[in-house]
Amino acid sequence: MKKVLILFAHPKFEKSKVNAALIERLKDKAHVTFHDLYEHYPNFHIDVQHEQELLMQHDIIIWHHPLYWYSSPAILKQWKDLVLEFNWAYGPNGKVLHEKTIFNVITTGGSREVYCSEGYNTFTINEFLRPFEQTAKLCGMNYLPPFAVMGTYQLTNEDLLNYANQYERLIDLLQGDFNATQLSSCFFLNDLEILSV
Amino acid sequence: MTGSILFEAIVFLVGAIFCVSIAKRLGLSSVIGYLLAGVLIGPYVLGFIGNEGEDILHFAEFGVVMMLFLIGLEIEPKNFWNMRKAIFGMGGIQVGATMLLSYLLFVLIGFEWKVALVISMAVALSSTAIAMQTIKEKGLMTTTFGTSSFAILLFQDIIVIFMLGFIPLLANPNEAITSGNIDEQTNLLESLPIGFQTLAILFSVGLVIVAGRYLIVPMLRKVAKTDVRELLIAAAFLIVCGISFIMEYVGISPALGAFLGGVVLSNSEFKHELESTLEPFKNLLLGLFFMAVGASINFIVIAKSPFTIIGVLIAIIALKGIVLFITGHIFKLKLDQKLLLTFSLAQIGEFAFVLLSFAFGLNILEQDQMDMLLVITALSMSITPIISIINERFILPKIGTKESIKRPMDHIAKSQKVILVGFGHFGSTIGRFLRSHGVEATILDFDSNRVDFLRKMGFEVYYGDATRLDLLEAAGIAEAKIIICATNRLSVSKAINKIVKEKYPHVELMIRTKNRYDAYELLNLGNENIYRESLETSLKLAKDVLSKMGFRKYTLNRQVENFIKYDEDSLRRLASEPKREEDYIFKAKQELEQQEKYLDEDFKRGVVEFDNHWDSEHIKKVLEKTKNQ
Repeated sequence: MKKVLILFAHPKFEKSKVNAALIERLKDKAHVTFHDLYEHYPNFHIDVQHEQELLMQHDIIIWHHPLYWYSSPAILKQWKDLVLEFNWAYGPNGKVLHEKTIFNVITTGGSREVYCSEGYNTFTINEFLRPFEQTAKLCGMNYLPPFAVMGTYQLTNEDLLNYANQYERLIDLLQGDFNATQLSSCFFLNDLEILSV
Repeated sequence: MTGSILFEAIVFLVGAIFCVSIAKRLGLSSVIGYLLAGVLIGPYVLGFIGNEGEDILHFAEFGVVMMLFLIGLEIEPKNFWNMRKAIFGMGGIQVGATMLLSYLLFVLIGFEWKVALVISMAVALSSTAIAMQTIKEKGLMTTTFGTSSFAILLFQDIIVIFMLGFIPLLANPNEAITSGNIDEQTNLLESLPIGFQTLAILFSVGLVIVAGRYLIVPMLRKVAKTDVRELLIAAAFLIVCGISFIMEYVGISPALGAFLGGVVLSNSEFKHELESTLEPFKNLLLGLFFMAVGASINFIVIAKSPFTIIGVLIAIIALKGIVLFITGHIFKLKLDQKLLLTFSLAQIGEFAFVLLSFAFGLNILEQDQMDMLLVITALSMSITPIISIINERFILPKIGTKESIKRPMDHIAKSQKVILVGFGHFGSTIGRFLRSHGVEATILDFDSNRVDFLRKMGFEVYYGDATRLDLLEAAGIAEAKIIICATNRLSVSKAINKIVKEKYPHVELMIRTKNRYDAYELLNLGNENIYRESLETSLKLAKDVLSKMGFRKYTLNRQVENFIKYDEDSLRRLASEPKREEDYIFKAKQELEQQEKYLDEDFKRGVVEFDNHWDSEHIKKVLEKTKNQ
């Protein structure tokens, strides 16, 4: 079974109902490692060696975070800056992450409609996530479309439960056999028909 | 001119203020200033004070009692027990050997054996007042030298009980009764058999211990509740007087009794109140005592046989010094500690006045013998502090732990020099961290053992009192960029602050402080670089507590930073407020009131809830509100 690493970054997890619901069932799931970056490194003093070991031990990496100012919270940038070292993650000898799969799980306040050329955010989520996509590419990883929980201000408890179920099924799916190129074809992993039962 | 109490008081006060401030300016101990003032105002120089000097001497001995009480307050019973080996070992050797040698000396000079024995007893004892006052003034109480001196002095306090019991046995019984001028030292138990005396002494010691726990502390609690400041002063005096009285009654040295009382109360919550209440009185009384010693030096007696007196004086100081040096050697003190011990205890102490006049009352001594010995005692008390200074300034720097060791130029010639004062728990962490960054701080410390160790580890270390301008200059204050004051002694920080402000304003001074009260003082002296030693650590602990209870670490981190900023701001705000500094008696109460104020402010501020960053629920609420409008 494939191993999943959730790199979770939320500076105020205790106030986020949405993320609490999303994470709840995954925390203790077999072969899933939930790694809470803000709780581990409240001083931003990231243990690079430990992080690299974690990456090596897992097959599927998830950047799970809210979308702040069209990007991730600060610690995830810090994590990338420190952990993805030259000649380890990229560069002539940097092949450790090759063939691993990575994608973003994001929560946004704005709904899907506002993230397009006609909406007030002008660009799509996929466009905003380009730096992540390119990072994955440079490290030789398969980058999948994001799993997005959007319009969180308007979510009902029922919606939330639905998203949480989808998230769990997605991980089940990825832990089994799947075709990465097939999954890459959609804009959002949420859109996969397999996930909605 | 003499006679009026007011006039006498004025003479003493002027003498003290004048001479002590000069002594201090010259970097000498205040003891020397007081002694000099005494000589000046005494009958043989200016003649303001006549023979009443001796009465004042007896009165002022109460200062010594108070000092022992205060020393006792600082020694917890457990530590006292740990010192027993030093007290009986060092004290026993010192008193025994000194008595033996001085007995032989006086018999050789031609004194009768009884007289020689009494004199040897007096000679064996050193001056607690002079030695302890000097040691405390220099802050050397925690060094090996400080504790050794204290142990020996304590043993002398104990042994003097037996001496006072023994002297009457030497007297010719018929003469003693007829002579009629028996000293007030006679006490309740004198007529009782020895066994019963011992029992009574043990009983009174027990009484002090039990009363301390079950009588004095409850009384102090009641007194503190009344909120009347002078009542606490009265209570403090009552404790010291009461204990002294009981002890004197059963024939123990009142100083020893007061010391015991202090030890008993050292664990109580009133420790600091008692200290701050009695400290100024103690200092004044001791000052008076030293002045009285100075005034009692009888220059007519000296003039009669100057060579004998000076000869005996030198012989006694040399003899005592040698014994002390050997004692230090047996107990494996380092050379410089041995020398400090040698010179600080080489004088004959105030107990000699008691023993000698007691023996005189019993007709063991004759008038001219006593006069001569009293003069020698007073002279030895005046001279040893001067010899100590010579030792510290000229001998110690050359032998033992040197003030400084020259090191290769490349180390000294660092362009950005940092001086670190104090290498205790706090300073050593700073030093280690700086060193791990290739910054070699120049260290100043007064503990010679530590200095040796640091030198072995390759640090540039200066040994001595960091408030001395010449030492700071030797350590390179002129070219320093930063001085770190890592001692928790406010007096040292303030002195260095003054030197830096006045002479080396370009140097940045960074100061550790014990608490916010010390921080206020330093802030008001114009120093902004104040580091309260407990602020960060206690918040770190509190943060970990909350983390273990389920709060998020990153949020706590931010809140700690907020809290520190808020607390630093309020510290600066409150520092400029006028304070009732004279009211430190009920300081504990004031502190509580202030704490209450802080807590109240914290509550109103709503520390955690105020931070709405990254809280989408908050945004949601605001959005809903605007929608509804």
